[in-house]
Amino acid sequence: MNEDLKRELIIENYNNPVNKGLTNDKDYISIEKSNPSCIDHFKIEIKLKDNIVEDIRFDGEACAISTSALSISISKLIGKTKEEALNIIDNYNKMILNEEYDSKVLEELEIYKDISKQPARAKCATIGINGIKDLLEKN
Amino acid sequence: MDYRNDFKFLKQGIIYFDNAATTLKPDKVIEKMDDYYYNYPSNAHRGDYNISIKASTEFENTRSLVKKFINAKKTEEIIFTSGATDSINMAIYGYFLNNLKKDDEVLITKSEHASIVIPWFDLENKLGIKVRYIDLNDDYTFNIENFKTMINPNTKVISIAEITNVIGDKRDIKEITKIAHENNIKVLVDASQSIGHVKIDVTDTDVDFLAFSAHKMLGPTGVGVLYGKEELLNEISYRKGGGTSISFENPSEIIYKDLPYKLEAGTQNIAGVIGLSEAIKFLNEVGLDYIEDYTNNLKEYLVSKLENNKNITMYNPDVEGSILIFNVKNVFAQDTAIYLNNHNICVRAGDHCDKKLHDETNMKNTVRISLYFYNTKEEIDKLVDALNNDNILEESIL
Repeated sequence: MNEDLKRELIIENYNNPVNKGLTNDKDYISIEKSNPSCIDHFKIEIKLKDNIVEDIRFDGEACAISTSALSISISKLIGKTKEEALNIIDNYNKMILNEEYDSKVLEELEIYKDISKQPARAKCATIGINGIKDLLEKN
Repeated sequence: MDYRNDFKFLKQGIIYFDNAATTLKPDKVIEKMDDYYYNYPSNAHRGDYNISIKASTEFENTRSLVKKFINAKKTEEIIFTSGATDSINMAIYGYFLNNLKKDDEVLITKSEHASIVIPWFDLENKLGIKVRYIDLNDDYTFNIENFKTMINPNTKVISIAEITNVIGDKRDIKEITKIAHENNIKVLVDASQSIGHVKIDVTDTDVDFLAFSAHKMLGPTGVGVLYGKEELLNEISYRKGGGTSISFENPSEIIYKDLPYKLEAGTQNIAGVIGLSEAIKFLNEVGLDYIEDYTNNLKEYLVSKLENNKNITMYNPDVEGSILIFNVKNVFAQDTAIYLNNHNICVRAGDHCDKKLHDETNMKNTVRISLYFYNTKEEIDKLVDALNNDNILEESIL
């Protein structure tokens, strides 16, 4: 994917993120995540049914990278089993840390690969998805 | 006057507009600390050999310079700490925790820094005191009439910054203290943003406690000062026990040393304190009146330039001082900061440790420019040029 398309996808997911707005439904589990070194703040809700990630929603205020990365992660993870979702998140974190990872499972999440080279942005790219990870691991 | 040659850092070409977070350090401050580490790297107040005596003399010399700089009556009233947060905590937990009781009221505002707000909230939980907010003006500046109307027989403390770190307005500490003392209210002032920016005279203003950090006045990090009236400092219960602070270790008869040493247990940040002496000398040479005028003018220039940018919303353009907060239309503050970083311009984005103010207003997260006397109109022109761009969000990415 060329740089312009990557940028377009990020801006589109920042301006119109998927599943923004919480349900506050008791069938959802939720978590709050903040980035201590900046101002990003999310609340994330997940509905797990029969080991399948049935829905993920979020609310909060954050930068373009944080918001778009969470939006794309949500699109990517809904419908996956808990194990599949955790595997995608694991590979995503490896990519951000510049370690070996399985590119096949990440698809469009790979647009954040170069982000890790910007020190100010690496945490932005992971705050949302690691909130999802924390929720899945605890439930 | 051009002082830029006194800062080696400025030769890198980075434009530094985050002076409210910390100021740059002149070469002389760094050299002074190097000199200590290279030539007399010994503990202070401990040894009977020449280099230790030299370290003690330099350390105490800084205390005298601080005393003169804020016009305290005695050197005993100058306590070195690790920074303004430590100083404020010392005053609140060392003095007020023991001198306030349930239902006593402490007045703050919604534009105070977390280092003021958090310890008072903790005392509210511990003692059942009430933390009350003095209403601000529409432009978020301090309103002295609102302060007067808040006073009742339970009001015991007013705890505010002299200059706030977000709005940047300067409060009339002398008048506030006069009103406070007429009502038996103690005054604790956070001078973190005013130190090195405006003249501070604790004898003239008659404040009870005043806290600041060295690193916001050209000095090193890890050093701060708590000024307190001698009789109040003497009432501070022992906070940290250790070398320097006590004379005996027998549990039944601990004898505390006199001020200031009883509040300076353990080996202090000797290099840092000694470095602060050069910072004070530098500020005295530049002159605080010059600094205040220069930064006020620079802010006016910045505002006049940004006024022409239709994408910019400024939140405190008319407040005199060195701080401007703003946002770019449809761009999250942090994205603006990262975009400016790509242009070698350092600014701060966030709530600036002041969640209360941002909760109360529509500002939420903002970009902050904070100026100092080494900043120039040329640097501002570069910032204004960089912000004159309709694609800031796009260019902040990748």
